[in-house]
Amino acid sequence: MAAGAAAAFGAVLARDLLIAYRRRADVLTTLFFFVIVVSLFPLGVGPEPDTLREIAPGVVWVSALLAAMLSLARMFSGDFADGTLEQLVLAPQPLTWLVLAKVAAHWLTAGLPLVVIGPLLGLQFDLPAEALVVLVVSLLIGTPALSMIGAVGAALTLGVRGGGALTALLVLPLYVPVLIFGAGAVAAAAEGTGAGGHLSLLGAMLMLSLVFAPWAIGAALKISLE
Amino acid sequence: MNWFKYSSPAAFYPLAGKMAPWFLAAGAALGAIGLYIGFFAAPTDFQQGDSYRIIFIHVPAAWMSMLIYVVMAFWAGIGLAFNTRLSSMMAHALAPTGALMTFLALWTGSLWGKPTWGTWWVWDARLTSELILLFLYIGYLSLAAAIDDPRKADKASAVLALVGVINVPIIYYSVQWWNTLHQGASVSITRSPSMAAIMLWGMLVMVFAFWSYCIGAVLLRLRHIIRERERHAAWAGAAGG
Repeated sequence: MAAGAAAAFGAVLARDLLIAYRRRADVLTTLFFFVIVVSLFPLGVGPEPDTLREIAPGVVWVSALLAAMLSLARMFSGDFADGTLEQLVLAPQPLTWLVLAKVAAHWLTAGLPLVVIGPLLGLQFDLPAEALVVLVVSLLIGTPALSMIGAVGAALTLGVRGGGALTALLVLPLYVPVLIFGAGAVAAAAEGTGAGGHLSLLGAMLMLSLVFAPWAIGAALKISLE
Repeated sequence: MNWFKYSSPAAFYPLAGKMAPWFLAAGAALGAIGLYIGFFAAPTDFQQGDSYRIIFIHVPAAWMSMLIYVVMAFWAGIGLAFNTRLSSMMAHALAPTGALMTFLALWTGSLWGKPTWGTWWVWDARLTSELILLFLYIGYLSLAAAIDDPRKADKASAVLALVGVINVPIIYYSVQWWNTLHQGASVSITRSPSMAAIMLWGMLVMVFAFWSYCIGAVLLRLRHIIRERERHAAWAGAAGG
C-alpha cells in the first residue's frame, strides 16, 4: 500500500535534512559566502557610515539572493546522479508533495541560516533596530520564495552542460520582484515609512510560488529524467 | 478545409516558404513608407526637436518585444501540452527575433535618452523591465542551446517560457512600483503632448512594417529549424532548397 502524501512529505524531508546534517560543510559554505559577499561592499564602496546605511538593504538582499542561488545546484544533483530522483518521480505519491518536501529541506538548510545571520550583517551597516526586525521578517518570507523559484531553474538544468552558470541566467531575472520588495521593505523601515505594503506583496509572491512552482518543478524533473 | 493539415512540419514547410517572401516584401515596403513619413513628412517636435523621430523605430520594437514573448510562451505551452513538434519549433523560431526586438528597443531608447535626458541610461521603469525581458529571452535561448536532444530542449524551454510569462507582469509592475518609490527619472515617456495625426500615421505604418518583418523572419527561421530537425525524413530530401 502506498503511504499518504503527508507521510511521504515527512519521509523525504527527514531524509534530506539527515543528508544535509551529514554534510554540514555545505551549509556553512553558503553561509560564509553570504557573509563574505556582504563584507566586500564596504571595501569596494568605502567606509562612510551614511553611504553604507543607505545601500545596506540592497547589499544584504542581493547577497542573500546570490547565496540562495549558489546552493541550488545541490538540491537535485545528488539524487539525480544516484538514481534516487527517478524513484521519487516513479513513486505513487503526488510528485508535487515530494518536490515541496525537497524544497522545504533546501530552505531549512540554505535559506534559514541566511535569515539568522542577516541581522548581524545589517548591524555592520549600522541599520536601525526596526529595520533589522523588518530585514529578518522580509528574509523569512522572501527566501522560501527564492527556494521555490530557484528549484524550477535547478530542475531544468539537471544534467545540462554548464549547469551552474546557466541556472543563474535562468533564475536571477525571475528573482527580481522578490529582491525589489524584500530590499524595499527594509529601506522603507529604515526611512520610517512603514514596510507593511512591501511585506504583504512579498507574502503574496510566496503564496503564488507555492501554488505554481511545485507543478513547474515536477514537470521540469520529468523532462530532465527522460 | 482541414487546418490541422498545416500542423505537420512537412506540410507547413512549403507554405512557410511561400508566405515568407510576401511578408518580408510587405515589411520592406511599409518600412520605406513609414520611414519617409517619420523623417520627412512628420513635423519637428517643438519640445524635443528631431530626436523624437526615434520613436518610429522604438515604439514598434518595444511593442513586438513584449508581444513575441507572449506568443512564444503560447506556442511553447501548446507544444508541451499536445506534444506537437511544429509548435515547439515555432517557439524556438520566435525567440531570436524577440530578443532582437528587445535589444532594438533598448538601444533606440538609449539613443533617445541621450539628447532628452542627457544620459545614455536611466533606471526608468520601462527601460528596466525591458532589460529584464532581454535577460528572460537570453535565459530561454541559452537553455534551448544547452540541451542537445531537441525534443528535451523543446520541453525544458517550454516550462521556462511558461514560468517566464507568469512572471512578466509581476516583474513589470514591481519594477514600476520600485521606480515610483525611488523617483529616479522625472521625465517620462508617457507624457506625450497631443501627437500630430501624421506622426500617429507614421507610427502605425511602422508598426505594420515591424509585424510583417517579424512574421517573415520567423517563418524563414522556422523553415531552417524544420529542415534541420527533419533532415532524415523522406520528404526533406525531395523538397529541395
